[in-house]
Amino acid sequence: MLAFLIKRTANAAFVMLAVALLAFIIFRFFGDPVEMMVNEQATQADRAELRERLGLNDGFVTQYTRFVTNAVQGDFGISYRNQQDVMVLIGERFPATFELVLVATIISLVVGIPLGVITAVHRNSPLANALQLGSIVGVSLPSFVVGIMLILAFSVSLGWLPAFGRGETVDIGWWSTGLLTPSGRAALVLPAISLSTFQITLVMRLVRAEMLETLRTDYVKFARARGVPVGRVNWVHALRNCLMPVITLTGMQIGNLIAFALVTETVFQWPGMGLLFIQAVTFVDIPVMAAYLMLVSFIFVVLNTVVDVTYAWVDPRLRDDAAKAGGANG
Amino acid sequence: MANLSMTTETDTETDTAPQPARRASLAAIRDSDLWYSFRTHPSAVFAACLLALVALTALFAPWITPQDPYDLAALELWNSEIPPIWNEAGQWPYILGTDTQGRDILSAILYGSRISLIIGFASVIAALSVGLSLGLIAGYFGGWVDNVIMRLGDVLLSMPFILIAILITAVATASLPTGLKDVLAAPILILAIAVPSWVQYARTVRASAMVERKKEYVQAARLIRVKPWRIMLHHILPNCLTPILVAATLNFGLAILSEATLSFLGVGMPPDQPSLGTLIRIGNQYLFSGLWWIVVFPAVQLCLIVLSVNMIGDWLRDALNPKLR
Repeated sequence: MLAFLIKRTANAAFVMLAVALLAFIIFRFFGDPVEMMVNEQATQADRAELRERLGLNDGFVTQYTRFVTNAVQGDFGISYRNQQDVMVLIGERFPATFELVLVATIISLVVGIPLGVITAVHRNSPLANALQLGSIVGVSLPSFVVGIMLILAFSVSLGWLPAFGRGETVDIGWWSTGLLTPSGRAALVLPAISLSTFQITLVMRLVRAEMLETLRTDYVKFARARGVPVGRVNWVHALRNCLMPVITLTGMQIGNLIAFALVTETVFQWPGMGLLFIQAVTFVDIPVMAAYLMLVSFIFVVLNTVVDVTYAWVDPRLRDDAAKAGGANG
Repeated sequence: MANLSMTTETDTETDTAPQPARRASLAAIRDSDLWYSFRTHPSAVFAACLLALVALTALFAPWITPQDPYDLAALELWNSEIPPIWNEAGQWPYILGTDTQGRDILSAILYGSRISLIIGFASVIAALSVGLSLGLIAGYFGGWVDNVIMRLGDVLLSMPFILIAILITAVATASLPTGLKDVLAAPILILAIAVPSWVQYARTVRASAMVERKKEYVQAARLIRVKPWRIMLHHILPNCLTPILVAATLNFGLAILSEATLSFLGVGMPPDQPSLGTLIRIGNQYLFSGLWWIVVFPAVQLCLIVLSVNMIGDWLRDALNPKLR
């Protein structure tokens, strides 16, 4: 187990170093950092001085090592566009994205799990077939189109919900939350629904597939034979055994949702990290781009590693398999 | 009658997606079964008809649209902001209305679908060729070659798809001179979508190449000095085409979606050669001015295309799955 843990952690560290290399190359070689930072009146001497101060004259490996050391300490430099510390900028925006992703995840579970159970239990019924078709439609709808349609329906036509912004927020320490004010909650509804559409279909399809397997098992048949009410068998006994993969999927998808939130944030002008990133892309604000890339990949890699290690911890067979597969590779 | 000819049309179209599939495994072994399964699945037939209709109207757009939406001289400002034809203010021939510059929405959609379909198709082909070659090489040779290729794949998969695609387009547009940016917009998008998606193909092919290379027929082929590339292409590749075909079809839908998303975010096709995503981005600006048709119709077209591709992909996955037969 310890060997597996070390191997997985080393793997994650390697991936993060590779992502850092990519971020560093983008940072260093696309656009001259000095040209981006100085104003137009700067003399040649000023530029040379800044170049020396930033250490841009050092060797590639030295610079990369410094980049990684700084990144580990959360130092990604100064934004080209508004001259602020990049980590401060991202820290300000993080709560908005986090709350959006959290609420979208909750919606996807609350809606997706029952739909999945229904389609599995009433297989081949008209309702299940309709829901099944609906899930293909859900996968095919681009999330920005869902967002635009929601705005057209609920903001432009009906005028029920706000179409952009985050509403009023309350600061709790450094965390700013929109969940405590009515306008903040109202502003969250449409973006959260639009972000969760795809996730709902994913959860629903997974629960359906797992339920179909579980319903065939002996313990379910036995529970029915014993006279346990059908509803209880389906929704308690069977469903409970389907939840582990759902938890895994949800955990691993959080990284994807954070990344995909940038599309939703653009549609709803939601002031999160994603919107910051898209604006950084438009203005070629490379430190912000690099920091966002590193942060999202970090969340992604950590979640994947945690899921893998948890699985190996729960199920020893995976450890052996992993060791064997590793042997075959090497 | 028209219906019938259309279905045959699309069937050949979906089959040709990955070229070798048709010759090697599909046409020879499964054609009749597959054709039967296709005929008996109304949703697949419907999706195929829809996709054929979209593809044909996109292909023949210059001959059937009332105007060339990119010829600025053909646009008349007094024709701007006309609502769709069923609205009382609607005007023939602008069936779906016009935008703020007097551009016919239907023409723009057909030209836009053309760009979307081409980019989606090209990026799948690019990802397929890179993924299949690297996967075969990794699986067949093993050792450090395998390690390098697969670690590279791991790194790509450890970043969200959309993020890699945005970074590639952002870096490419930032480092290109202004004149070249618009000319190269489509190739950049194809690259941006293909780079994060080849890994899936490579992993599939690698897995089966690793199994196949130990089998006796491959050993025999090696013994009589058949060249490695020939073994890979003619002996190993045909064995893993079925899952590849399904993945490629579903990825075609995903590629069109990704292209639209990138264009919507403003890092894709420029406004003077708009894809469906660009049209939605442009229309999005008029969301609050009551000009709903500028954004709704391109969005509907995009959804129809992706939906029909996904329906065909879903059917194909079930039809080719030996467990379900």
